[in-house]
Amino acid sequence: MPGPLLVPALVAVAFLVLPLVGLVIRAPWRRLGPVLSGSDAVQALWLSLWTATVTTGISLVLGVPLAWVLARTSFPGQRLLRALVTLPLVLPPVVGGVALLLAFGRTGFIGRYLNSWLNLTIPFSPLAVVMAQTFVAMPFLVITVEGALRSADQGFEEAAATLGAGRMTVFRRITVPLIAPSLGAGAVLCWARALGEFGATITFAGSFPGRTETMPIAVYYALENDPDAAIALSLVLLLVSVAVLVSLRDRWLRGSAVQ
Amino acid sequence: MTLPTGNEGLDVDATVRRGGFTLSVAFTVPAGQVLGILGPNGAGKTTLLRALAGLTPVADGRLILDGQVIDDAAAGLFIDAAHRPAGYVFQDYRLFPHLTVADNVAFSPRARGLGKAAARAATRHWLGRFGIADLAGRKPAELSGGQAQRVALARALAGEPSLLLLDEPLAALDARTRLDVQAELRRHLTDFAGPCLLVTHDPLEALVLADRLLVLEDGRIVQDGTPAQVARRPATEYVAKLVGLNLYRGHADGPEVTLAGGGTFTVPDHDCHGEVLIAVRPSAIVVSTGPPHATSARNVWAAEIAGLTMLADRVRLDLRGKPSALADVTPAAVSELSLGPGGQVWLSVKATDLEVYSRPPELKPPPFILRTFIPNGGGISPDTFLPSPVCGRDPLGAAATDYRRAWRAVTMD
Repeated sequence: MPGPLLVPALVAVAFLVLPLVGLVIRAPWRRLGPVLSGSDAVQALWLSLWTATVTTGISLVLGVPLAWVLARTSFPGQRLLRALVTLPLVLPPVVGGVALLLAFGRTGFIGRYLNSWLNLTIPFSPLAVVMAQTFVAMPFLVITVEGALRSADQGFEEAAATLGAGRMTVFRRITVPLIAPSLGAGAVLCWARALGEFGATITFAGSFPGRTETMPIAVYYALENDPDAAIALSLVLLLVSVAVLVSLRDRWLRGSAVQ
Repeated sequence: MTLPTGNEGLDVDATVRRGGFTLSVAFTVPAGQVLGILGPNGAGKTTLLRALAGLTPVADGRLILDGQVIDDAAAGLFIDAAHRPAGYVFQDYRLFPHLTVADNVAFSPRARGLGKAAARAATRHWLGRFGIADLAGRKPAELSGGQAQRVALARALAGEPSLLLLDEPLAALDARTRLDVQAELRRHLTDFAGPCLLVTHDPLEALVLADRLLVLEDGRIVQDGTPAQVARRPATEYVAKLVGLNLYRGHADGPEVTLAGGGTFTVPDHDCHGEVLIAVRPSAIVVSTGPPHATSARNVWAAEIAGLTMLADRVRLDLRGKPSALADVTPAAVSELSLGPGGQVWLSVKATDLEVYSRPPELKPPPFILRTFIPNGGGISPDTFLPSPVCGRDPLGAAATDYRRAWRAVTMD
């Protein structure tokens, strides 16, 4: 193996792995139980889990039809739409949070009416957490599912049509089951991204313990006054990430693109 | 006058465009007939089936099934695939990989609105008829080619279609399985009450399975006839090659036929004039190394051997001359006469082995319904009793336009 390639590769591996090793080494293994059962930590964990799950649900309900529209129809401006949909993937999350605040904040151009007509204030509520996470995480699901829809064999859908199935029946009984693996992968990816969301959430939803303080935010604040708690919480998130990776192993760990 | 009940069947008079390709055909298929669609790749066979299934709308003309218009470009009427009573067996079967055999077969009854219990009963019936009840719980990936073919046909028939479309149903099978499945398929096709279209490029399959053959080339019908007619009097090079005949195009003037590619044939007792086709079996051509003397053959000519191919029990010679020909000889003859590439030989063929016939005319039958009850225009035209079109628009609407058009087609025959 040529040295000029091997050495940088080893440096890269070390750079990616060593910090995680540090996390495991420094973990307060003896105090792990008491630290994690502290009310703040449990609240944050619980909030993170349920908001990430709700986010994934919303992303499935809205994102799968969007992926279908992008993959299976053609209309003027479709490329622009695809670019807009995938923009949150590359947009700094904080910018997303600012944008959400400007739209749905108390004086935002939508939030203003929600506030005066429905007496609904979104920012700094669990709903804001879900919205921030959806904004950032849904594109992961959309592009995964869109890719699957594009590469899926439309011959099966034609066959279903000749057997008397209308478009919705074809979608429900043929299209969705055939892309189920990609759908699952997209959902897991979306959930993991939502769970780790920080920038957009703290900007749009703030950090009220028990209400909008999710795990990543809890870790950030714990680092200042209780480093052990921060490490313990980080450990939990690391564990969840490993679990996600294992569940996606067929897709991501087999080298060349499995799709 | 009462309308005859004989409007069952398929009536096609349509142009279909797909990509840069244009298919333009007119033909009818009565109920119960199996029409074999034969043609080279890219002739438009699959395009035709897709149009009939409702997967590709016609660009011009119309499709009528059992008296009901299912696609009419001018009238803007299009019944989509889901609402057409057509069963389609795809070349690659397209069995749903995530459903069991039973669920695949139950798909159409369910999609067409049958209740769960009724769909289950229908599925049992069709699985039983195809002898595949024991496969009910399997997934398509666990089926052999022959089994998958049966499931595909059962699935298409379970929707009780009134039109059956088969796209090279046996192409995906190995040679052995194909023979088994072929006999069985013949049986099921005989049982099917409606019109059936079977696309193939295997001449044997066409001969065994079809009641009638339609040869498509380059988006047009070049021949329409019974398998025996097509096999004996091929209309084009492609068909001749398929059924293993030499085909010559020529001009007949009395017994002398001047061939387009050079050379002449003398055929005493044919009553064709002008442009003719002549078909000759390769085994009817006698090959000798010198000019034959005492022969009753009227047609003798010299040729050069361009190539030899071993067939099952004989050797096929590719001969260049005026005219060029394929001739079959025994392997023994090849060694006795020391025939090899570049060798000079004499060919002879008896006049009785030359099948002379006129080229089939452009095939465009009049609309089905009219043809069934009015043998010829009857001497009158709809314009004698219908108001005339005004400024190109028919005051009676599109139906009357079609009626006039159809009538003209009949009376022009």
